[in-house]
Amino acid sequence: METNQHSYNFSEQFDFSGKPKTWSLIAILIGVIAIVYGFVFNGSERTFANLLLMSYYLACVCAAGTCFLAIQYVTQSGWSAGMIRVPQAFSSVLPIASLILLGICVAGLFSHNLYHHWYGEGLVDPESPNFDPLISGKSGYLNAPGFLLREVVLMGAYSFFAVMLAKFSYNEDLEGGMNSYKKSFKYSTFFLVIFGFTSPLWIFDTIMSLEAHWFSTMFGWYNFAALWVSGLCAITLTIILLKKAGYMSWINENHLHDMGKLIYGFSIFWCYVWFAQFMLIWYANMPEETVYFYKRWEPEYKPWFWLNIIINFVAPILILVNRSWVRNPKVLAGVCIMLLLGHWLDYYLMIMPGTVEENRGFGLTEIGMAVGFAGLFAFLMLNRLSKHSLAPQNHPFIEESLHHQI
Amino acid sequence: MSSHNESIIREPLVTGENITYAKVTDDILVSVENKPNKAWWIGFIVAALGALLWVVSVSYTFWTGIGAWGLNKTVGWAWDITTFVWWVGIGHAGTLISAVLLLFRQNWRNSINRSAEAMTIFAVICAATYVVAHMGRPWLAYWIFPIPNQFGSLWVNFNSPLVWDAFAISTYFTVSLVFWYVGLLPDIATIRDRAIGLRRRIYSILSFGWNGSVKTWQRFEIVCLILAGIATPLVLSVHTIVSMDFATSVIPGWHTTIFPPYFVAGAIFSGFAMVQTLLLVARKVLGLENYITMFHIESMNKIILVTGSIVGIAYLTEFFIAYYSGSEYEQYTFINRFVGPYWWAGLLMYGCNVLMTQFMWFKKVRTNIALSWIFSIVVNIGMWFERFVIIVTSLHRDYLPSSWAMFYPTIVDVGIFIGSIGLFFTMFLLFLRVLPPVAIAEVKLLLKTQSFEAKKKLIQEGHQHAEEIEYYTASLKKYDVLTESDIKELVK
Repeated sequence: METNQHSYNFSEQFDFSGKPKTWSLIAILIGVIAIVYGFVFNGSERTFANLLLMSYYLACVCAAGTCFLAIQYVTQSGWSAGMIRVPQAFSSVLPIASLILLGICVAGLFSHNLYHHWYGEGLVDPESPNFDPLISGKSGYLNAPGFLLREVVLMGAYSFFAVMLAKFSYNEDLEGGMNSYKKSFKYSTFFLVIFGFTSPLWIFDTIMSLEAHWFSTMFGWYNFAALWVSGLCAITLTIILLKKAGYMSWINENHLHDMGKLIYGFSIFWCYVWFAQFMLIWYANMPEETVYFYKRWEPEYKPWFWLNIIINFVAPILILVNRSWVRNPKVLAGVCIMLLLGHWLDYYLMIMPGTVEENRGFGLTEIGMAVGFAGLFAFLMLNRLSKHSLAPQNHPFIEESLHHQI
Repeated sequence: MSSHNESIIREPLVTGENITYAKVTDDILVSVENKPNKAWWIGFIVAALGALLWVVSVSYTFWTGIGAWGLNKTVGWAWDITTFVWWVGIGHAGTLISAVLLLFRQNWRNSINRSAEAMTIFAVICAATYVVAHMGRPWLAYWIFPIPNQFGSLWVNFNSPLVWDAFAISTYFTVSLVFWYVGLLPDIATIRDRAIGLRRRIYSILSFGWNGSVKTWQRFEIVCLILAGIATPLVLSVHTIVSMDFATSVIPGWHTTIFPPYFVAGAIFSGFAMVQTLLLVARKVLGLENYITMFHIESMNKIILVTGSIVGIAYLTEFFIAYYSGSEYEQYTFINRFVGPYWWAGLLMYGCNVLMTQFMWFKKVRTNIALSWIFSIVVNIGMWFERFVIIVTSLHRDYLPSSWAMFYPTIVDVGIFIGSIGLFFTMFLLFLRVLPPVAIAEVKLLLKTQSFEAKKKLIQEGHQHAEEIEYYTASLKKYDVLTESDIKELVK
């Protein structure tokens, strides 16, 4: 822009080498060892449950990057323009994350380690001793070909938009003008409509059908809240770490403050949908619904069940309500890490009672695989990030972002 | 937040030539400082007759009892609760505009927040009259509060969502009223400073001694932000609790976990539609086209589209889970909405709320004033029928087929409903006469940076990308008050 009066180096690129690269590779190695360890010592079901947890988490964080991008475009947000390369890097990883999740779903389904509540010998055969009339009633939807088709089509569609949105912005760097912006706007709208209307189905399939007898209309939005909060935290944490390494000097405490406010607000939203789902089921007390929370109130899960609320709602609310703490990168980074761990626990509580049930475990397999997937995400995302400059220099709102002040 | 670094591609929030601070005040206070015109009188007489109908119908209900309504032992809750929820829902847009959009620093709210907040308060008043009318014995209304037993009541049942409702709505009303009034203070002071005699003394008292000092403004800003922070969770809580009136019951079609956010989205949807209905008329009659621009109209239509689609997702999720749950009662309820005796109500609900709203995808529709106005009415019809369908179709065929019945409203039911609309418009029209319909002080904030003239100056100074100017001028074509030559002059 001709009006630019700043001294920032907009062509600055992230150099992906040295410590970040080494550590993410080490983390991936730990993850591989943990998977092998899990299969050998903890059994395949628990290992598969963890694989599903982490690959779903990975896909969700990447999809959150795409949602963030799309929402910024359709709302014509200016403040975030300078940081948009980070969610773009997240978004670019979505195709790989989708493939990993798909592979685990396929392997888990056909090896009967996952989804065995609805996919198994004789469940829909009235002659069989295993016949389950309830499962049989929904087999028009819950069947292996339909399940796989939906996973492929939905994640394929999300990945397409994820890649395109990043691509338009990279083109904008080269070409300038309004063309990329207009296209981004259009694609963002389509993405949000498609994601909005279909993500509940994707979430019902991937997670809710683990306990196929149970159902909740809120489950899709509840998972979206978790996806969104953990995505915001991952974006914020990445920006803080990049700044610490000396990059992105144009992002200041005002931008981080806004991210902190979004995390604060959507942590409340997460708790709102969590509570609405829980309270309505608890209040109505119908056996087909309460079974879900009954399992989570068994001694194996109860302490974790309450810890979930403390870590994902009470703690961030009490910390982020303080303005000077939100504007302190150290505190904000701490909250982000806590919430990323918190939503791991959130997913853990969604997945484990429907898979390993009372044989819950928490040990090297869980920790190692979480570390491994975090490393994989860091490696893929930072690799994408290093390919382009860290500022979308021709973004029409870049000037607004530089002068953002709250 | 707006600043002198605002991108040129953002559309102007104030249009018109030679708009000065004085002109803003003059333009907005036209309805307050002058004798009402004929249009106002016609509107007021019609609305007041409606309000009279309300007085008669409610008095008749109090005199004869709830038996005056069309309820029966199967459908013990119908027209009355439908309209109550409808009014409460409409109220939500005002708080959304004033609080949530303030927190998100959406400056386009500045010219619509005042009327929207006023509308909120009047809608909540209409809803509150239903709460009292429901009671049958309104003179015992204080029984809903937890007061000692010597007042004649039993301790309230805190397990009942209806009690939560009483607290939620009274809190919401109080905070909305305070928020609205605090926002009004600088504008009341403006009226005071221009008035003489008794009028001046009245507005002087109402302005709470506003003196316009820096300190006063500073406190004003802080109070507004704090109130916005309080009002945001409240706006969610109110319709959440209204939804829980239904969702805590084990009635098919009522008991579903998505109800709270789905009701909140529906409330904002209907509220924006009502703001659109009122402002499209007020803008024309009061000559506020330069302040409530096509950008505002289109933005509101976009919010109607988004919230309508969220409601659509919730509808689809309900259908899907009714199938997926395998619960035959749930499945029957949803089929009954389409093929049962109330199929026409179901059609109006789904047709108006989801199908008709999808027309908003087209820019031509969003920027067409006549169509926007018609759609805003369509949405409110749809949202009334949504509540009717949820409530009556679930109740009228319950678990015991021998008790199945139909609900038919009596003339008193209809009278209270139409009367409440009259009451609403009476209050709104009176509001236009005594208080500024647009937040004067807040619109003035936009003049230097976000007005058509400010943008014009920016372009004339040079330094802007040609493609961005082109994008900007293209976006101006929808503005109904800007002529071709106005736009051409920009790029000269």
